[in-house]
Amino acid sequence: MIEAKIFKDYGSFRLDVEFSAGNEVLALLGGSGSGKSMTLRCIAGVETPDRGRIIVDGQVFFDSEKHINLTPQQRRVGILFQNYALFPTMTVLENIMTGVRTGRKREKWQAAEAALIRYQLEGLGDRYPAELSGGQQQRAALARILVGNPRILMLDEPFSALDSHLRDRMEREVMSLLKDYSGTTILVSHSRDEVYRMADSVAVYDRGQINAQGEKHQVFRNPGTYTAALLTGCKNFSRISGLTAENGVTRFHAEDWNLDLTIPGTHTGQVAAIRGHHIVSASPGDPNAFEMEITGAIEDIFEHVLLLRKPGATGAPIHWMIPKGSPEPLPQKTVTVSFPAESLMLLQP
Amino acid sequence: MNVLRTLDWSPLLISLKTGVVATVICFFLGLFAARRVLKMGGRARAVIDGLLTLPMVLPPTVAGFFLLLIFSLRRPFGAFLYEQAGIKVVQTWLGCILAASVIAFPLMYRNARAAFEQVDVNLIYAGRTLGMSEPEIFWRVVVPTAGPGIASGTILTFARALGEYGATSMLAGNIAGKTGTISQKIATAISQNGDYLTAGIWVIIVMLIAFGIVVLMNLVTGGRNRRRW
Repeated sequence: MIEAKIFKDYGSFRLDVEFSAGNEVLALLGGSGSGKSMTLRCIAGVETPDRGRIIVDGQVFFDSEKHINLTPQQRRVGILFQNYALFPTMTVLENIMTGVRTGRKREKWQAAEAALIRYQLEGLGDRYPAELSGGQQQRAALARILVGNPRILMLDEPFSALDSHLRDRMEREVMSLLKDYSGTTILVSHSRDEVYRMADSVAVYDRGQINAQGEKHQVFRNPGTYTAALLTGCKNFSRISGLTAENGVTRFHAEDWNLDLTIPGTHTGQVAAIRGHHIVSASPGDPNAFEMEITGAIEDIFEHVLLLRKPGATGAPIHWMIPKGSPEPLPQKTVTVSFPAESLMLLQP
Repeated sequence: MNVLRTLDWSPLLISLKTGVVATVICFFLGLFAARRVLKMGGRARAVIDGLLTLPMVLPPTVAGFFLLLIFSLRRPFGAFLYEQAGIKVVQTWLGCILAASVIAFPLMYRNARAAFEQVDVNLIYAGRTLGMSEPEIFWRVVVPTAGPGIASGTILTFARALGEYGATSMLAGNIAGKTGTISQKIATAISQNGDYLTAGIWVIIVMLIAFGIVVLMNLVTGGRNRRRW
């Protein structure tokens, strides 16, 4: 459990966020410099907010009004740094021993030895961190954190330092470790795929603020804001004009696409968006169906991307993603596609 | 060869002893000062850093002037120290150590500081969140990680302390067998006796020691110096 309200003014950058999470995986999704890592450092206590309150499992870590500010040592949190921060002059075993918080040296040694086995580091106890592979380093760093039985676990871009093939394997390993961990986990990431696979809930960060927040499926389906849609992987956006909502139907003109679109129900918003995968080949009678020019094609590993535009459109072309294996696009100049109403999103800027 | 047989070797011993003791003093004071300065912010850091570096950029005679101002038996503090504790700095080996320490200190301090600044701050954060105490983080994480930089600082400090002349001659004087260091021996051999042979022997010894020290330092820090061109 965590409840956090953090305000810190760095002059050129201001962090102002509020969120809570139960014993689940909460992902902080955002671009670099959006304040995600800073949030983790405030929770860990190595950085002090100007104002706010941080409570983990009923223990007040920080409260500016009550003048409470526990030291990092008192907070007992586990934070996995992006570069793992293993102590380079200590062996793996010594590194893990530093994470054991109680007991005499002998007991610490035994706990660390047991952790070596548990985290698949058998036989590597005498090695130095620089002698380990990236995956082994990550396991050692996780072992060092988890032997201390932390109240909360924080992972700062945990896979960004790994090669892509290792990344998938370590992601699975970390996820199975997280299953055994009963507290709150906060995952910081700029990868929407990683977040979607690993997290239960998401907070989307943008320039020091939380832009959208909630259960993962909810946030990905209906991001609510332009930034959240962008960060969750949406590629097609258009400003809109002439929005009317009458008789249970919302109509508007998508300026950048030069399309007139309708959605059942009453909606408001200033930006229209649709994910490239949600555009479909039009069948006769579909609403929101248009004949579009194909201005370009990109072949991706698992899909084709067709770039579409309506004559007279001024904005960027619309990306239409077609998985390979489904009927391949023909080498033609135009195509008729439909924008399903349930996939069209109306967003705040 | 007769010269070597009759040579008084005491300057070598005095210089080495002075260098070793001054280096030990500077080592701990330098690490301590570097740590404190890095915890300071902005302007305070700039001013304190400037003061601590001063002995390196000023003529050693200026340091000698201040040391005499403090420790001379004709000055209040020096007199007090001698009467109350029986400690005499002027014209003693203690003066050699003090002068060498003051002059060599900035080398240790600046090298330690630069080495500490290279230490990944995440290591310190990790230590804190893992529950290590601040002294434990400093001695078990920061100092070992900054090892090569600290080692080269220590070696340079020893080299500087070994060859100190200006402040030493003012504070400790040149008493043969007591405060007569190699550098003072070279100066007096020539200026008083025109004895280029004795002076030359000491020059060769000093050059061998200095060269050895620099090579040692390159070997200590050499692991990181890959061929670049």
